[in-house]
Amino acid sequence: MAAHLKKRVYEEFSKVVQLPQEEAPAKKLRLTKPSKSAALHIDLCKASNPTDALQYLLHFARSSVEAESVEGVVRILLEHYYKEQDNSVRLKIASLIGLLSKTQNFNPESILDDTLNTFNTEKSHQVLAQLLDTLLVIGTQLPESPIVRHRLIEVAYKHLSDTYFGVRNKCLQLLGCLGNVDTPLNKDGQGLVPAVIGDAQSLISDYFADQDPRVRTAAIKAMLQLHERGLKIQQTIYDQACRLLCDDYEQVRSAAVQMVWVLSQLYPESIVPIPSSNEQVRLVDDSFGKISHMVSDGSWVVRVQAAKTLGNMLQVSPHFLEQTLDKKLMSDLRRKRTAHERAKELYASGEFSSGRKWADDAPKEKVDTSAVNLIASGACGAFVHGLEDEMYEVRIAAVDALSALAQSSASFAEKCLDFLVDMFNDEIEEVRLQSIHVLRQISTNITLREDQLDTVLAVLEDSSRDIREALHELLCFTNVSTKECIQLALLELLKNLTKYPTDRNSVWKCLKFLGCRHPTLVLPLVPELLSTHPYFHTPEPDMDDPAYIAVLVLVFNAAQSCPTMTALFSDHTFRHYTYLRDSLSHLVPPLRVRHTHTHPFQTLGPPIYSAQLFLQQSLGRISTIHNLQDPGAQDLLNFTIRDLQRLGELQTELAGAADFSATYLRCQLLLTKALQEKLWTMAVPLCLKHNAMATAAAKQMLEETYKLEFLYSGLENRQVATIHHVRLQAKALQLVLTARTRRGVEPLISVCEKFLQEVESFQRLFVVELPHLQESFVGKLLDLSPKLSACKPGELVKILQTTLRQSGFLNLQLPKQVQRASATIIEPTGESDNPLRFTSGLVVALDIDATLEHVQDPHNTVKVQVHTLTHTSCLTAHGLACQIEVRLLLAYSSSRLCKAAWSDSSTEGLQPAEGATEGTIPFGKPVKVFIMPKPARR
Amino acid sequence: MPEIKVTPLGAGQDVGRSCILVSIGGKNIMLDCGMHMGFNDDRRFPDFSYITQQGRLTEFLDCVIISHFHLDHCGALPYMSEMVGYDGPIYMTHPTKAICPILLEDFRKITVDKKGETNFFTSQMIKDCMKKVVPLNLHQTVQVDDELEIKAYYAGHVLGAAMVQIKVGSESVVYTGDYNMTPDRHLGAAWIDKCRPDILISESTYATTIRDSKRCRERDFLKKVHETVERGGKVLIPVFALGRAQELCILLETFWERMNMKAPIYFSTGLTEKANHYYKLFITWTNQKIRKTFVQRNMFEFKHIKAFDRSYADNPGPMVVFATPGMLHAGQSLQIFKKWAGNEKNMIIMPGYCVQGTIGHKILNGQKKLEMENRQTLEVKLQVEYMSFSAHADAKGIMQLIRMAEPRNMLLVHGEAKKMEFLKDKIEQEFTINCFMPANGETTTVITNPSVPVDISLNLLKREMALGGPLPDPKKPRTMHGTLIMKENSLRLVSPEQALKELGLNEHQLRFTCRVQLQDPHSDPDTLSRIYTHLKSVLKGYTIQHLPDGTVMVESIVIKVSSSAEEPNTKVLLLSWSYQDEDLGSFLSTLLKKGLPSGLSSM
Repeated sequence: MAAHLKKRVYEEFSKVVQLPQEEAPAKKLRLTKPSKSAALHIDLCKASNPTDALQYLLHFARSSVEAESVEGVVRILLEHYYKEQDNSVRLKIASLIGLLSKTQNFNPESILDDTLNTFNTEKSHQVLAQLLDTLLVIGTQLPESPIVRHRLIEVAYKHLSDTYFGVRNKCLQLLGCLGNVDTPLNKDGQGLVPAVIGDAQSLISDYFADQDPRVRTAAIKAMLQLHERGLKIQQTIYDQACRLLCDDYEQVRSAAVQMVWVLSQLYPESIVPIPSSNEQVRLVDDSFGKISHMVSDGSWVVRVQAAKTLGNMLQVSPHFLEQTLDKKLMSDLRRKRTAHERAKELYASGEFSSGRKWADDAPKEKVDTSAVNLIASGACGAFVHGLEDEMYEVRIAAVDALSALAQSSASFAEKCLDFLVDMFNDEIEEVRLQSIHVLRQISTNITLREDQLDTVLAVLEDSSRDIREALHELLCFTNVSTKECIQLALLELLKNLTKYPTDRNSVWKCLKFLGCRHPTLVLPLVPELLSTHPYFHTPEPDMDDPAYIAVLVLVFNAAQSCPTMTALFSDHTFRHYTYLRDSLSHLVPPLRVRHTHTHPFQTLGPPIYSAQLFLQQSLGRISTIHNLQDPGAQDLLNFTIRDLQRLGELQTELAGAADFSATYLRCQLLLTKALQEKLWTMAVPLCLKHNAMATAAAKQMLEETYKLEFLYSGLENRQVATIHHVRLQAKALQLVLTARTRRGVEPLISVCEKFLQEVESFQRLFVVELPHLQESFVGKLLDLSPKLSACKPGELVKILQTTLRQSGFLNLQLPKQVQRASATIIEPTGESDNPLRFTSGLVVALDIDATLEHVQDPHNTVKVQVHTLTHTSCLTAHGLACQIEVRLLLAYSSSRLCKAAWSDSSTEGLQPAEGATEGTIPFGKPVKVFIMPKPARR
Repeated sequence: MPEIKVTPLGAGQDVGRSCILVSIGGKNIMLDCGMHMGFNDDRRFPDFSYITQQGRLTEFLDCVIISHFHLDHCGALPYMSEMVGYDGPIYMTHPTKAICPILLEDFRKITVDKKGETNFFTSQMIKDCMKKVVPLNLHQTVQVDDELEIKAYYAGHVLGAAMVQIKVGSESVVYTGDYNMTPDRHLGAAWIDKCRPDILISESTYATTIRDSKRCRERDFLKKVHETVERGGKVLIPVFALGRAQELCILLETFWERMNMKAPIYFSTGLTEKANHYYKLFITWTNQKIRKTFVQRNMFEFKHIKAFDRSYADNPGPMVVFATPGMLHAGQSLQIFKKWAGNEKNMIIMPGYCVQGTIGHKILNGQKKLEMENRQTLEVKLQVEYMSFSAHADAKGIMQLIRMAEPRNMLLVHGEAKKMEFLKDKIEQEFTINCFMPANGETTTVITNPSVPVDISLNLLKREMALGGPLPDPKKPRTMHGTLIMKENSLRLVSPEQALKELGLNEHQLRFTCRVQLQDPHSDPDTLSRIYTHLKSVLKGYTIQHLPDGTVMVESIVIKVSSSAEEPNTKVLLLSWSYQDEDLGSFLSTLLKKGLPSGLSSM
């Protein structure tokens, strides 16, 4: 296998190298080299005014220059640079040099000196800024050379005091990207580098107080860049960075938030004093408080940044963390409890209703005026603000941050629960969805209270399917505290089921997990849920009712770990258990039930092994067949196919393998039948009927091979070769049949050529597998191959005919895991008699909800086919219901497997429909839908 | 010293009839012109006689600014402009301009037609008044005249509510009107930039309240409505036509949409429909969600909310009805209430405060039997809920705004005196700025320290730049020499030479001379050279020259030595310097008075 792959790789690789076009353009380019720079030179000389020169340069910038000529071009550009009076042209030249230095395979070091020289004469600030930018481009390409770096830094240092903000900006950027990351040279290297230049950090931090906000931002960014490159930023900057948090400009504040965060990560444990008091706090706590403060900033960009950053500060102490959710309420100077607190108290006191009375939230105790701190110091209420923010970007960032923090602290998770649950009511669906996801992520840490669960469950009625499904998933992972909660959840889920029947599977799955998690809570509910009565027999519920199934799923899953529960079941419950265990085996776990005999698999031990054994044995029996013409072989095949099909139905785990083998065997059987007839020797006109049968067989074989190849996943190269082999046989059969039915040689020639090509490509593709195919059709064919290509079509047909008949049966080797792609359309159900009404001539939307299994890349491969069963004219007629059929198709394309082999067969004339490499296989049952066009209203 | 004066005519330590006079930089501005809901006599309107006893107000006011359309902020406008007399510009935002006349007309109808008052403004007066209105856009700077400019900021609260910045030169005042710092379902939060006004005049309705998150209340509200509708009950929500009603509508509309609910929602017609129309138009003034989704659907084009008809009240099945007025004292809401009160399945939700004496107040206090007219009693079986949605900033919100704007002084209006007191203390304590809370008619004066812009000649600046370091260091002030010319209302700083030239004056040199006696046994030239060496060792970095004509020059200071024949040992040093070198000169004279150190060699 590996060797085979390797060979293919080599083949492809060598092909690429041999392509002659590759060299041609390179040559051409080299030829134009002198002319290019010369042309530029001439153009620039010709330019009478700056506008013209600029035009030439712009034009030049669009064309590419090869590495060898870059240096020359730069020389010419610089020559003009010195002559040029106009700033804009010089600026363009400077930017061009930067652009050129990025040319592949070009070493920008060679133009560094020339570029540096320009600084001596340049007066314009804009051009200077551009030149520095060019240096930055050059410098980033030569990160390894300390000398270059040093020189560039020197230039940057020299221009740092420029009056133009752009120049200072670029200098700082340069320092950030290229500044010394190693510790400043204060021991021995002092002589080599002036200390100021060596210590980029202190240099940059001087510009934190620049008068221009853009320069301040650039300085912070440069510092962050240094940090990213591995420099350890000194703690002394912390104070400066904190001061920048109150800057007038949002971009400065935003960058400062990042800076403070970086420092808090570097020195989390160092102690900083609290101003105007004697106390001290950890730096990470201090910065957490400061960043929390930024969550109520005036600019939403900063707010988003701050909220995001909070989520990354996991080392903060729990005391500070819990403050973020704290908001002291006050009404008319009296302390008031929050709704959350009230809900908790109500819950604790056993009362259920809330807020029924006016002023039941009336404030109680009086607040000490001096103790109220209106501007919360520190982290107070940061998330309360963030989650209530006007911009949903901020809210999402806050929710994400909550999630990150809650995952690292269980007590915080408990606290933030109320807030997250509140977010389920947000006006933006994205936020709602996100908060549901977050709650799911932290749900391992928490247990929902009844009132919280109530709020969560209210969202189950949301019309958005995404929300509902996210909520189901959340419920799968939730812990609840009381049996009332379980009852409540079940009730709401059943309500959901009636309102949105399409959620059936999702709801069942949800109940499965709910049952698994809370067996003891379900136990006291069982009599009520199953409506059993100690004395009376209750009527047997309808087995097809999804709601009843939902209840059963809950109960059975709970019973799995609660053995006493089964004693409460009535007889019909056991019957229903057996039925559901069979039909919904993924939802209903095996139970140890009273009547073991009702369950066939229970006694057989692990069923999967025996089934596997059976499969092996069946295939082993087949392998005894050597030639399909043998007597009894056909019967054996027939029986085995039947066995396998039944096995596939019974044992879902092996369905793929069993189906695969059965289909393969059926192909073989078809081939045998088509060949076995004695009529082959008859004259053509006499055997029309037989021909028709054989043609049909060949066609079916071809179809089956495509199914074999694309519908099953987990196939190895060996199996693919076998499938292709069958396909070749089918094609050979077709060829023989064509030869018999058609007269004349001309059409035959091209068909024969096609076939030979296919044989060849088969050989190329499956070189590795060929040894296994010795006795088979292809093996024999390849033995004759030198003769084949020379012979006439007539002879070829004869050879094929005999080889087909004589070739042995090729045994199928099953791979470990074969899975069959399948699709089940859940919605529309096809049972509805209510036609879908729409205005004729307009588009009608039909929602399709389907479960796909074992489909790779479903977004690209699954297609929907709509058939009109009745005459198409009914689609435009009014008031008549007509039926359409919807089915799912699996689109395949052989290009995914082997491009080279199949690209040539796409235009094949023999079987235009099936012969195409790209096609579709219907899978899943089709569903019929009634539609009824209405006349358009005028 | 320049000062800003603020005098509230209404809303000083009080809620209602907001009207604040501001004098800034010689301009007089009136902020809001509201009426008081609590009075029916003259106290209803602000006392404009404070401005002038007789005659029109036009010459005393430069402009009038209305912050939003609530009647306690604009109710007295036609009275002031048409009956008292004011012809200057009135500024308000576009939505306010659109909705304000509707409310004024409604107010007039109730007062004149229902209560039968005379001597009240007429419809024509409202129209005439509105003709004087100049609309404002958000963040647009409008020049009222050459010096006075105003700028509006978003304030939340109601549609079109604005905060206004008033600026004359470098002095500025910000008036907030009513504002809300937390967004709600249809409006965003107030926002202002760091404009650092001299005075921030803020409302303080909820000065002593810190509110809970809005989400809980919303959730409660929705849950209650949902539960009632699910068990087939009817929900009555008495509202006032504008403001909260729209918020609740949006809330229910989106909830219905989300939860796929089918029960009908009705809105009693009339005033509301007109107002909803304006909400549809001014979508840019609403919150992020509504603004972003209006391309697909304008949120105010309600899908589930339909116009109410009187006959619908008897329809079976669940429904939700918004009806006016909000306090259940008359009109449609009362009629519906009477019909539905008997059924315990139904529910009434009071979304706001109810005045004592109204039915709303009674049922909120749990009264189960109501006496109606004709001695009938009405048993109240339906559930009564209270759900407050207020759109004023709470104490935290006010502090947040102060933090945003960073004012130099703070002034509180539109709130109760006792509550203001608390907030005032807090502000002074936490921001260390002055905070005022004048009563009506009381004037607050704030002395400002405006920066005076001076033109400086480029040459002078460049020359000074060349002397010092390459960059102006913002942390260190630097002194420079120049001449300030005040001419024709402009200030210019120029170099002395240019000033002389412009003024046609000759330059006069001012020199100080001083004699210092010194005991020195050496000859005159020797003493001089000794002085030279001494100075050279003391004053490093200065140019010191020993000139051949027997003088020593330190910069421009000349030092000569002379001695009388009778006392050759007593040398008289003659020092002379120009006034520019005063510092160095006096330093030298004190230095030389101390005498020369003995160990100096002569050469």
